[in-house]
Amino acid sequence: MDRRVVITGIGVVAPGGIGLKEFWSLLVSGRTATRAITRFDTSQYRSRIAAEADFDPEHEGLSPQETSRMDRAAQFAVVCAREAMADSGLDFAALDAHRVGVTIGSAVGATTSLDTEYNVVSDGGRTWLVDHEYTTRHLFGHFVPSSFASEVAWTVGAQGPAAVVSTGCTSGLDAVGHAAELIREGSADIMVAGATEAPISPITVACFDAIKATSPRNDDPEHASRPFDASRNGFVLGEGAAVFVLEELEHAQARDAHAYAEISGFASRCNAYHMTGLRPDGKEMAEAIRVALDQARLDPAAVDYINAHGSGTKQNDRHETAAFKRSLGAHAYETPVSSIKSMIGHSLGAIGSLEIAACALAVEHGVIPPTANLHEPDPDCDLDYTPLTARELSVDRVLSVGSGFGGFQSAMVLTRPDGTREGGAR
Amino acid sequence: MSTTTTTPVSAARSCPVFTGLGVAAPNGLGRDRWWQATLAGQSGIRPVSRFDATGYPARLAGEVPGFEASEHIPGRLLPQTDHMTRLALTAADEAIADTGLDPEAEPEFAAGVVTAASAGGFEFGQRELEALWGKGSRFVSAYQSFAWFYAVNTGQISIRHGLRGPSGVIVSEQAGGLDAVAQARRQLRKGSRRIVTGGVDGAICPWGWAALLAGGRMSTVADAAGAFLPFDAAASGQVAGEGGAILVLEDAATARDRGARPYGALAGYAATFDPRPGSGGEPGLRRAAEGALADAGLTAGEVDVVFADAAGVPELDRAEAEAVCALFGPRGVPVSVPKTMTGRLAAGGASLDLAAALMALRDGVVPPAAHITGDGLPEHLALDLVTGTPRELPLRTALVLARGQGGFNAAAVVTAV
Repeated sequence: MDRRVVITGIGVVAPGGIGLKEFWSLLVSGRTATRAITRFDTSQYRSRIAAEADFDPEHEGLSPQETSRMDRAAQFAVVCAREAMADSGLDFAALDAHRVGVTIGSAVGATTSLDTEYNVVSDGGRTWLVDHEYTTRHLFGHFVPSSFASEVAWTVGAQGPAAVVSTGCTSGLDAVGHAAELIREGSADIMVAGATEAPISPITVACFDAIKATSPRNDDPEHASRPFDASRNGFVLGEGAAVFVLEELEHAQARDAHAYAEISGFASRCNAYHMTGLRPDGKEMAEAIRVALDQARLDPAAVDYINAHGSGTKQNDRHETAAFKRSLGAHAYETPVSSIKSMIGHSLGAIGSLEIAACALAVEHGVIPPTANLHEPDPDCDLDYTPLTARELSVDRVLSVGSGFGGFQSAMVLTRPDGTREGGAR
Repeated sequence: MSTTTTTPVSAARSCPVFTGLGVAAPNGLGRDRWWQATLAGQSGIRPVSRFDATGYPARLAGEVPGFEASEHIPGRLLPQTDHMTRLALTAADEAIADTGLDPEAEPEFAAGVVTAASAGGFEFGQRELEALWGKGSRFVSAYQSFAWFYAVNTGQISIRHGLRGPSGVIVSEQAGGLDAVAQARRQLRKGSRRIVTGGVDGAICPWGWAALLAGGRMSTVADAAGAFLPFDAAASGQVAGEGGAILVLEDAATARDRGARPYGALAGYAATFDPRPGSGGEPGLRRAAEGALADAGLTAGEVDVVFADAAGVPELDRAEAEAVCALFGPRGVPVSVPKTMTGRLAAGGASLDLAAALMALRDGVVPPAAHITGDGLPEHLALDLVTGTPRELPLRTALVLARGQGGFNAAAVVTAV
């Protein structure tokens, strides 16, 4: 008997609002949370916009010690883990800690803390031989992003397998896919898994400026993230986190738990092409989709909705449109697609988990979040991208995809859970 | 306390095998040079040469000797790669050549890459942070967006060898070297033929030093023979090093069909996480070792040699000795500590230990530890440390232990084939 995996708890920190409810409310409204960057002075940068989370660690229940110890991304993860744990209804203290694990995704780790600290210890970049006596004693935790998994594991009380998965912008899908795999193979019964990123810092904004990957639409930040639109000119950086309680199906059934969705399939492939570039044919993403559907034992024609990577770069949106056609055939034209990056920006390693949350909620509520700012589709992007307004549609089988620097291409299939209590509207 | 409630999964199928090995280690660049040095007890721990460390309290490191990047890496890759990525690409070249296969001639998607990482290309990152803060944002390199990040080695190895199968990156500090190999095994179970795995790491730059010093485990002893002395009374912390090993893990049937001569098989693996600090529970290392043995369907009595994590920090050394003695009894199994010759290599460390375990199985010889005697352990926790000269033994099974700072534990069992 194959072990199966369901999502029984979700926690979210996202631009536009903290918490699962606020997140969903933004997505279905079609409003955007992209704005001029407030976290630092951006006057010397090309792209000066981002989707920032209005996150107050104290208000979210973190102690001063936790706030000083943890990078902003770790703080997001811990706050999300707490929300997900509460949402799951599980009594974590009563669980066998050895059967509980943690997987956290992040592309760039504690980059914000490292950036800030470097400025201090190098005397504003003047000293190559940095002064170690000026460093925060928490610097090691910023040096190794594995500290994010440690923080979440301490929060949860987990003593099973724990790790960070870091595969660039597919980290959020890959971390959850990895965790689901650990439950399936029997290494754990419960995984607290998700991804976090807080990349809105000078070094990250500068590095994307250098390759013109981010949008310079600084005069109109609310409308800057325009996936699939002919006028798109790059992605808009975002931040946030989503963390899930993943549970073995029978474990969830035994306690009559509410489940949002089953993780039915997951696969990843690499393009072996370029660290930042994509082949236009979408072949590797199509293969990941094909294998994920196969694992879920679904025909391509069964897919009700595709949550796209939809970053809003010229090459990405064409690449994945080609991948959808290659993997789903004619059905691609009949399947609603959307990109929530149009509303909450691209939070690199975290976004894949935020998109899984959106998919789980789409199944739960029977609503597909829209692609905001999509007025005039690129002629090469000729699918149904659910422009501007959310669509009421009961969806049972959802595909979420991601594409990342390093060549990573990932696909996950989420389905309506059977045999568990379905939630009412939350 | 139950260690695992699941049936061993390895027992039911033939275990994947290691068919390629590439090494970049502080005591030797290249598999054969490293192994000869290791058997000869030659240490690669020396004064830091990659930057002027005289102003820092820790001035020793394990640096890969004689590595001239331009001899190994195409010119166009040099400006976009950190030193540790160049070492990783070099080790990957050796490992893939060692398999005797041409990856480009393989079916597409048949092979992927899963590496361990810890801090990414930290020296590259320091240069770009220096440019950002010292000169301005416009001076940040176009390569910064990927050259430092944790996925860089997997991405670059994948591109260089046209490997398009399932790929990934695991970050769990020193435990990652085993966690990545376990993830490679999962991909083989799902149908991949080969996964290039392991880890090569390093952050020997001033910024990395500041971070490592903040981690609180660096030895400040200046004598290269006395700075990293795991299990000794004089243990004073760790020496950081660079390098590691890249291994090719291959599906057993595929390897058999093409007549490959594997180094050994991956028979078992398990990972655990320590109880929250201060909560008083037993650390998870013993549980990881027991889980790996259960996964392999083997008992402790069948283990011929243990490769220790060897923290070099007295309370951690004692905890490891407790775990080993709980399974094997005092002096119950030969314990090998080749790390004493390299320092700790972060994500590369456990990968290199795994490589050492495979070479030991192949040659029937346990490499000696350098500089240590084990006199820091009480009699009831005494270890049978192999020191001074290599110990020739008929070896069938090796257990490799790894701990990542922050609470991570992993154990792997490898067997002769």
